[in-house]
Amino acid sequence: MSEVVLSNLTKSFGQTKALRDVSLTIPDGSFVVLLGPTGAGKTTTLRLIAGLEKPDSGDIRIAGASVALETPAQRDVAMVFQQYSLYPHLTVRDNLAFPLRSPMIAMPEVEIARQVQKVAEVLRIPHKLDNKATALSGGEMQRVSIGRALVRNPRIYLMDEPLSSLDAKLRADLRVELKRIHAELGATFLYVTHDQIEAMTMATHVGVLDQGRLVQFGTPREIYEDPVSTYVASRLGQPRMTLLPADAFGQPRPGAAQIGLRPENIRQGSGQRATVRRVERLGDQTRLHLDMGPHQIITLADAHTPLGPDDVIEIHPENPLWFDASGDRIR
Amino acid sequence: MAEIVIKNLRKEFGAFTAVKGSSFTIKDGEFFMLLGPSGCGKTTTLRMIAGLELPTSGEILIDGEDVSQRPASQRDIAMVFQMFALYPHMNVRKNISYPLVSQGVPKAQVQAKVAEVAKILGIEDILNKPVGGLSGGDRQRVALGRAIVRNPKAFMMDEPLGALDAEFREHMSQELRALHDRMGATTVYVTHDQLEAMQMGDKIVVMNHGVVEQFGTPQDIYDHPATMFVADFIGSPSMNFLRFDGSFNRGDRSVSLGDTPIALPELQDEASPRPLALGVRPEHVTLSDTAPYRGKILASEYLGTTQIVTLSTPNGTIKARAPASQPAPVGDSVGLEFRQQTLALFDAGTGRAFATAANAGVHHV
Repeated sequence: MSEVVLSNLTKSFGQTKALRDVSLTIPDGSFVVLLGPTGAGKTTTLRLIAGLEKPDSGDIRIAGASVALETPAQRDVAMVFQQYSLYPHLTVRDNLAFPLRSPMIAMPEVEIARQVQKVAEVLRIPHKLDNKATALSGGEMQRVSIGRALVRNPRIYLMDEPLSSLDAKLRADLRVELKRIHAELGATFLYVTHDQIEAMTMATHVGVLDQGRLVQFGTPREIYEDPVSTYVASRLGQPRMTLLPADAFGQPRPGAAQIGLRPENIRQGSGQRATVRRVERLGDQTRLHLDMGPHQIITLADAHTPLGPDDVIEIHPENPLWFDASGDRIR
Repeated sequence: MAEIVIKNLRKEFGAFTAVKGSSFTIKDGEFFMLLGPSGCGKTTTLRMIAGLELPTSGEILIDGEDVSQRPASQRDIAMVFQMFALYPHMNVRKNISYPLVSQGVPKAQVQAKVAEVAKILGIEDILNKPVGGLSGGDRQRVALGRAIVRNPKAFMMDEPLGALDAEFREHMSQELRALHDRMGATTVYVTHDQLEAMQMGDKIVVMNHGVVEQFGTPQDIYDHPATMFVADFIGSPSMNFLRFDGSFNRGDRSVSLGDTPIALPELQDEASPRPLALGVRPEHVTLSDTAPYRGKILASEYLGTTQIVTLSTPNGTIKARAPASQPAPVGDSVGLEFRQQTLALFDAGTGRAFATAANAGVHHV
């Protein structure tokens, strides 16, 4: 396993700038999640590291050595795609063994069997090894395709939204599973997603991408509590942060154009009057959609709040985040 | 606008029974969710209400009239599909006006109606654009417009947001619900996403294997699940089950997990010795140093203001939702407290919840 360093990576596809001057260090043994909406440059970053695309400029070093001139196979990375692509005519065992039977690896069959068994146990599918790949459920298939990456001992695992095609329950299970696998293997992961929960719960570090630029890199807690811009602040938090003109509650911080309020920054009981427009009961929490003059605000209330539409409450901000006219944070 | 009553509705496809005798009522103006995993019969139910499938038996009453054997064209219902099927060679205006034009509505009236619908949906500025170049959201709005323009008695929506990415989906679900609040039309909406169902629905029917497991308001279903399936399907993370063998009598106010008595709402049922499951939602588990019932911390997941702590207990693995600021070091042994009034007790064999003082008022199907 090894540290991966990206320096000043730039990549365009025709007129589209997919990546702009991205520099990033993926520490050995870390679980780095790249977060951003469609088109932010997440998948391009993965494909550049894997060697499936060539950068226009910049360098990629793995364990200290540039891999710019190496083929994908020489780079010794393993990639898991969003859509599991298993060999349907093979058993789970043969699917898992397939990468190890490559002539480049030339591993003895005994060793392959041992390795496959070990990975099957990590993924909790040893009882499925002799099933045809097509006889598995969606979640099991995705586990096998993750397993096919895990049987090898690559220098880094690259994962491109591996959970996005699964249903919510399965996603939650596999999140915990992937985190456990990461801890057990001590491996280096680079994981791409647009799902904020995946980023928050699994990552040791989160990189936030905006139109090909890396705009913030830090622990999930740093990204949530100390975002550098409205863009980053809006990526995390459920419900998402409410952004209002800076003077919505009176005197703003000097230079501020916008005030950012997460539910924990909105105190109820005194301040400005706001009318409840809609009450959304999610079971463990209840969201209030408020109208405060021309502004719309989303905040949380007790799960069993008696508040209903057209009720009026008073709110004021507490430790809000301030942003300037270009959306950058004012501290 | 319409009230829709479903009575003993059943649908067989050859030897396979997709829907096994559903009954529920959709009130006029409700936003009504059919929720369940794939293959549970929710889409078949929706298609029967719309008239795209005819039931094997049972009744569908729209405003008191049995329409169960009538074709879709005679039910006055509009359907919105997951893949918004637009006419690719027509512009937005023509797509929206098509249902009216094909019914022979006079031109002036069509124009007025299309203008009104475009205003409701906020798409006045794209009326003359071809549908080819539209964003996903605008395509969705056009598809909705085509459904709204006819003024149908009710809307049927089959996972209309299923194909969208998370962020955009959240935005569209709010938009859809706001649209419903403005128009007030009865809407039946199929989804497998429990959060979407909780967020948007006035009422939810939870289905599994062709059977209605529970029918009620989102909060009632969340607080008082009728079955272990519902308890597990609704909520993220879902309800914990602490499994144990035991028996109890009517009037009991506690059960024993090992040697530890756990207080729960007064039981209004009785049970001979059998496998049981104590149900507790993650936010009703508190980590406390002093509590006698112990667990060992296996993992914690940071979520901003809260964290999910996974613990192993003598009765299985459970999850607790705790403030993010509370230390939860992996490997530590901690005491666990369960909020009494929120607990449910299930028969682990049948999966059904026993009646207690807490869930007594809730309608069990």
